[in-house]
Amino acid sequence: MKEMILEYIKNEYIDEDEVDEIQLDENTPLISSGIVDSFSMVSLKRFLEKKYAISIPDEEASPEAFNTVTSIIALVNRHVAKK
Amino acid sequence: MESVQSRTVDYQQLRSAITWDVARRELGVVEGGSLNIADLCIDRHVMAGRGDKVALVHENHEGELRRFTYRDLMLLTNGWAAFLRGLGIRNLDRVCLFLDRVPELYIGFMGILKLGAVVEPLFSAFGEDALHSRMEDSAATAIITERKHLGKVRRVRERVPSLKTIIVIDQEADGRPLREGEVAYSMMANQLVTFPAFRAFPETPSVLHYTSGTTGKPKGAMHVHGSVFAQYLTSKVVLDLKDDDVYWCTADPGWVTGTSYGIIGPWAMGATEVVLDAGFSSDRWYQTIEKHRVTVWYTAPTAIRMLMKDGLDPVARHDHSSLRHMCSVGEPLNPEAVRWGREAFGLDFHDTFWQTETGAIMITNLPGMPVKPGSMGRPFPALEAAVVDPRSGEPITSPGRVGLIAIRPPWPSMMRTYWNNSATYYGKFLNGWYICGDQASLDRDGYFWFCGRDDDVINTGGHLVGPFEIESALLEHEAVAESAAIGKPDPVNMEVVKVFVALRPGFTPSADLELSIMNHVRKRLSPLAMPQEIAFVDKVPKTRSGKILRRVLRAQELGQPIGDISTMDDN
Repeated sequence: MKEMILEYIKNEYIDEDEVDEIQLDENTPLISSGIVDSFSMVSLKRFLEKKYAISIPDEEASPEAFNTVTSIIALVNRHVAKK
Repeated sequence: MESVQSRTVDYQQLRSAITWDVARRELGVVEGGSLNIADLCIDRHVMAGRGDKVALVHENHEGELRRFTYRDLMLLTNGWAAFLRGLGIRNLDRVCLFLDRVPELYIGFMGILKLGAVVEPLFSAFGEDALHSRMEDSAATAIITERKHLGKVRRVRERVPSLKTIIVIDQEADGRPLREGEVAYSMMANQLVTFPAFRAFPETPSVLHYTSGTTGKPKGAMHVHGSVFAQYLTSKVVLDLKDDDVYWCTADPGWVTGTSYGIIGPWAMGATEVVLDAGFSSDRWYQTIEKHRVTVWYTAPTAIRMLMKDGLDPVARHDHSSLRHMCSVGEPLNPEAVRWGREAFGLDFHDTFWQTETGAIMITNLPGMPVKPGSMGRPFPALEAAVVDPRSGEPITSPGRVGLIAIRPPWPSMMRTYWNNSATYYGKFLNGWYICGDQASLDRDGYFWFCGRDDDVINTGGHLVGPFEIESALLEHEAVAESAAIGKPDPVNMEVVKVFVALRPGFTPSADLELSIMNHVRKRLSPLAMPQEIAFVDKVPKTRSGKILRRVLRAQELGQPIGDISTMDDN
């Protein structure tokens, strides 16, 4: 899951010219560093919902929950376990 | 410091006391004399012995702090102006800023003005199409950017023939070579003791801000150096700024609030401005107020509603006792947000209304004036504003009757034209009034109450997005045959973009396609323009002449009567 989400973020949210320069790992801040903004969070949420066949309520899609891949994985796992 | 709510004002008295001439005199500009925004906002303070005063406190997303005094700003803007002149940039050339909220954005803005060139701020999250259309229209000569955004600039460069130079501010930290036409600039290494500011006059062009309309490409609202009179006076009277204030404007300088009140206004007042270059989080915002002892805060309803979502506990965890005045702009401030502000901070959020074209606050809740939650307030005392009949342009005086918000020209910060588009500019006037494009009504006390836009422009998170731009970008997606974009009501962002898409033969609706379309618009235009919802339809409603009937879709979305559809093409 980690690799897949990291790959998606690299492909979709980081400029192609910069992708080799930005050190992105599961603990890199995404929202607070501006890699993903609050509007773009919606497309990231949609990707996660589609990929893992889950539904993330809007109130759980907070900047804190989406700030790192680690926190995203925790969020996704909670919803996968509920299925 | 005194909270603004502990005083009362007599609105009629203010109307006779506050005139634009007050600003000119207080800024020390003689009638008909020369001026320069950079000189009035920076050098003037240094010459008056306030050079050691902190002008800018900058905090990046990692929490690193940098402080700049007014003397620092003078030396650094001198450096910028000399450097740009050395590149052959002359007064009235358009120079774009395409930067995150780094110090170079704020200081470079003033450096460009000091040289006498026209500064064109571009939101750093713009995609290639949004960047290209604005730079091409303005025939920009140069662009100041950072490595992070250089790829996008390089990809549009060939399509902007006027562009001679790309200036990169963080090349030192990057080993990769620059290409022909690209130059590195290290702001901190270029401090210059003197640079004579360009002798502009009140009507000399200064800032070119692009804004979206219903049809066509974004339009460049041209502002002038004399706008500083309005930005100074409204900062003083509405934001209640004083030179001992610590002021935080949360707007990005890619948009007009971020320049009129995120750069010019506070520095004209000699205040200390805080800039937070980090994504949104409630805790981080409250920490910012606490850490920097912010006294005056100017933010947006969307941000307030995001703070509301996280409740009062995070507010209570931080000390916000320094706050004495709070204002809001970008979209109507709903009554719940005003009431929440009272509960959370013991203060009212004061709604302000204005737009890119007006350059400064037009209708507002003044400090000391009773706030009616949900109302936009009353006209700024130096202005005449009205609600007018959409056909005759005659003021409507009966309370509750809806008309168009209108301002009597001229005022100092009014746009002087739309760049390359004077026909549209002249179309903004009716019966001697400037028509803002928003609907409102008046109550018995003369307070304005917002009712909605008078066009199809989408207001999302306080930013205007043109449906035509979105529909044009959608047509570039291989699966899209035709589309229509509307604003869908949203509890946090006021509106979000919803698109109706008819697919080309061979494509079928799917979650993958939906995501692909969303990301396509986000990358071509900006995250703000990205559809948050997509409906797949067989066809888009249009008139027989081919005009998209967005109002039909909007009415369907809201469950309202569709209205007259006699012109609709039913084939």
